Formats: sequence, C-alpha cells, structure tokens
Amino acid sequence: MIEMQDVYKTYPNGVVALNGVNVRIKQGEFVYVVGPSGAGKSTLVKMIYREEKPTSGTIMINGVNLAKLRDSKVPLLRRHIGVVFQDFKLLPKLTVYENVAFALEVIEESPKVIRNKVMEVLELVGLKHKVRSYPDELSGGEQQRVSIARSIVNSPKIVIADEPTGNLDPETSWGIMELFEKINNRGTTIVMATHNREIVNTIRRRVIAMENGKIVRDEAKGEYGYEA
Amino acid sequence: MRLNTLKRHMRESVKSLGRNGWMTFASISAVTVTLLLVGVFLVVMFNMNHFAKKIENDVEIRVHIDVTANEQDKQALRAQIEAIPEVKEIRYSSKEQELKNLIKSFGEEGSSFRLFEQDNPLSDVYVVKTEKPTDTIKVAKQIEKFQFVHKVNYGQGQVEKLFSTLKVARNIGIVLIIGLLFTAMFLISNTIKITIFARRREIEIMRLVGATNGFIRWPFFLEGLWLGVIGAIFPIVSILVVYYNIYKFLEPKITVPFIELLPFNPFMWQISLILLLFGACIGVWGSMMSVRRFLKV
Ligand SMILES: Nc1ncnc2c1ncn2[C@@H]1O[C@H](COP(=O)(O)OP(=O)(O)OP(=O)(O)O)[C@@H](O)[C@H]1O
Ligand SMILES: [Mg+2]
Repeated sequence: MIEMQDVYKTYPNGVVALNGVNVRIKQGEFVYVVGPSGAGKSTLVKMIYREEKPTSGTIMINGVNLAKLRDSKVPLLRRHIGVVFQDFKLLPKLTVYENVAFALEVIEESPKVIRNKVMEVLELVGLKHKVRSYPDELSGGEQQRVSIARSIVNSPKIVIADEPTGNLDPETSWGIMELFEKINNRGTTIVMATHNREIVNTIRRRVIAMENGKIVRDEAKGEYGYEA
Repeated sequence: MRLNTLKRHMRESVKSLGRNGWMTFASISAVTVTLLLVGVFLVVMFNMNHFAKKIENDVEIRVHIDVTANEQDKQALRAQIEAIPEVKEIRYSSKEQELKNLIKSFGEEGSSFRLFEQDNPLSDVYVVKTEKPTDTIKVAKQIEKFQFVHKVNYGQGQVEKLFSTLKVARNIGIVLIIGLLFTAMFLISNTIKITIFARRREIEIMRLVGATNGFIRWPFFLEGLWLGVIGAIFPIVSILVVYYNIYKFLEPKITVPFIELLPFNPFMWQISLILLLFGACIGVWGSMMSVRRFLKV
C-alpha cells in the first residue's frame, strides 16, 4: 500500500514540482501516471523509491513514513521496490546474466539463490537464450526486458516504471506492456509514468492525470485524455 | 561481511583495474613518480641526518686548565663541571698526553714538536661532552666563568654555523617532503575521481537496487589500496638496487672522517616499509575522498 498525504515538493532552484498531492494505491494495483511534460510525473514516482524527499507531507509505504526515513535505511526500502527507466540503465560491460545478477550480488545474496532467481526471471521475460549476450548486442526491447528482469529479480512488492516505452517503437512497446501485465498478475503493484496514449487507452487501468504538480483526475479504467 | 562478499570486492577491485586500463596506468604512474621522488629525498635526508649526528657527536668542549691550579683545584673544577646537568661525560687529558696527540696528528713533521717535550707550553685539559650536541655552546659559556679555567675551546663560530646550517637543511627537507606528498595526494584523488566517474552508472544502479554505502565503498577502497601498493613497487625496487650499488661502490672510497652512508640493512627495509605505507595511504585516501561525493543520497 502506497499512501501520499498533502505532499509538496519544491526543488532547491525554487521549482514547485508537487503542489499538494493526495493519493492511495492498494497492493496489486496497476496505475498509469499521465500528464504534460513538466507536470511532476517523474517527481511523483521518485518519491516512492525515495530518490527525492518531500518538502512536506507524508508518504507511507507498507506502514513506513518515507518523509522521516533515515538515509541509512534507504537501501533496505529499495530492496522492496523495483525501478525501470526509459534508458534501461544496463551496465554495458556485463552480460545479460551478469546485469540481472548484479542486483542480487550487491545486496549480498548467496550465489545459489542468485543463480536460481536470475534464471527464473530471465525465463519470465523471455531472454533465457541470450544470457551471454552483451547489451549492445540486443535490440531496445530486449534491453528493456533485461532491465525489467533486474527490477523484479528480488521479488519486490512494487515496481516503478518511468516512461518504460519512451525509447521503443510501438510494436516493441506492446510486448513490454504484456510483460508488465504479467508481473502485475503475480500481485505486484505497478506505477507507470507514461506519454503513450495508445497504450493507456487500450490496456485500460487506473489513470492518475497530473498538471502543474497536482492530481487533476484519478479514474479506474481511465483514458489518456490529452492530445498526443 | 560474508566471505563471498569479500571475494567479490577483491575480484571487482582487481577487475576494475583492468577495465579502466589507462586510468589505472595513470594513477599508478602518479604514485610511482611521487614515491620515487619521496624515496630519493628520504634516502638523502636520512643520510644527511646521519652525517649531521656524527658531526654533532664529535663536537666537544676542551677546557684548558690554568697552570696555577693544583690537584685539589682541578678536582674542584671537575666537580663543578660534572654538576652541570647537560654534561654527559668528562675526560682528563694531561699536557703530556696533549703533546703526544699533537705530535701524532702531524705525522712525520710532528717530530719537530719534540723540542717542547722538555718545556711543554700546553695546558692540562678536560674534554667535556654534552648530553645533546646543541647544548655545547651554552655549556661552554658556563664553564668559561669557572675558576682556574684558562680557556675554553669548542670550535667557536664554526659549531654555531654547522648547527644552524643543519637545522635549515633539515627544515627545508621536511617542508619539501610534505609539499610533495600533498601534491601526490591531490593528483591521485583526481585520477581516482575520474575512475569513479567512469563508473558512476554502476554506483547509480547499486544504489537503486539497495546496496548499502559501505558495500559500494569497499571495491573503491581496495582499488585505491592496490593502486598505491602497485605504485610503490617500482620506487622500492629501484631505490633498493641503486642504493645497494652506490653503497658498494662508494663506501670503500670514503675516507673523510665522520662521513659514512647508512648501511643497507636495516635502513633500506625501513625505507621500503615507509614507501609502501605512503603508497597505501595515498591510494586509499585518494579513493575515499573521491567516492564520498557519489554517495550522497
Ligand atoms: N532535480 C531537479 N531540480 C530542479 N528542478 C527539477 C528537478 N527535477 C525536475 N525539476 C522540475 O520539476 C518540474 C517537474 O518535473 P518532472 O520531471 O517531475 O516532470 P515530468 O512530468 O516527469 O515531465 P516529463 O514528462 O517531461 O518527463 C519541472 O518543471 C522540472 O523542470
Ligand atoms: Mg519525467
């Protein structure tokens, strides 16, 4: 469960990115965050994995207030949240397998567990046959699958995706969306900031629309609602 | 920390040396050049210090006893000198002894002084050494005032000059070494900063998936350590070899009194250890300085 109450965020340069946000997302929901550029979508999702701290307000994740979470506890929070970006953020000198295993190695998981979990998620994203490839030997869609595999390899309760299809062509995007649906069907909460009108209007889920740092619309099975 | 984690940090730090080949080379070169300079400097400094000590220790006060003094007066004077806290030892040398020394020091020509054996113009002498050589002048001035002291001799003027020259040389050396070390640290921290900058994506991902700051820091700590230690190898080996040869070549040829080189053993092992420690500290310090700003949440 994610619950935000009266969340304000002013960046050090004076930009007000969030201007009183109230939202509640239940475990297992699939939520799109839409809105024009600069509306505060990225800022909103960054609050969830504590990349940014709110200037005021409370953000409760499974009973923990992130506004008061000490810096030293942030790594533990991040182990329960997967994050996917537009630019994949893969390490170019590591293979597909190593990129995914990386997420477990750096939290000191045992080698046996790592092997099992990595092979399991690579199978889920359909890249079991490419474990030895390097990122630059993969298509954009395949790279994004690797990054998704990495985000879920530690079985997080929540996956945050900031424009995961932003760099992909429409065809490939549908495949990636199917993957997110599959992950959501296993009970994982998905919060996805996106500009992809077609996807939002086709795969109907809850839509939170933002403008100028405020939530202006919040509908179950909503529409994109802006001109592309 | 798990054994596996430690192994991973070791492996990662070594791998990163290879991955960042040119930066690694640059860092190691920086350490090498610095330690070579520091090493040569230390060797020269230690040896200079050694000469200085030798010369200083050779400084003595010669107290010429007045001819009018009888046995009792001499004993009283000795007691007075011994009562000065800075005095380490006092040795009596009769005028006959003094003459013999004089004749001996002139070798062949010395025989002409034999004429004086009948009517010795020299005086009996107390040879006084102080606890610290630098106290010589102070003690000499004090003894000068005692009764039955005819004259006090300690190489007036020359000793003062020697001491002040040594002091200046030593201070210049220390300032230079400190300056050199700081330059090296600055150079290395910058080099490692670039290494880390090249790996900022790796750090970003580590933080994203929940690695602790301690975990993130470890490989960089080790990498810095390796850079420092590897960088110390060439300076240590070359200084060992060069010093060994200089020592072998020069030692038999030096005939000037008090001037001698520090023997290879244990001096060279001390220098090696110092350079190794300097290298390790510089490397670790440099990498820790650089990693800090990447770990701010
Ligand atoms: N680190 C930052 N420092 C200062 N201002 C920022 C920072 N990040 C974002 N902003 C500003 O905050 C506002 C909201 O930015 P945000 O990235 O949340 O928008 P967005 O809805 O994700 O936009 P887009 O659709 O273009 O990705 C913008 O005006 C942006 O310039
Ligand atoms: Mg954004």
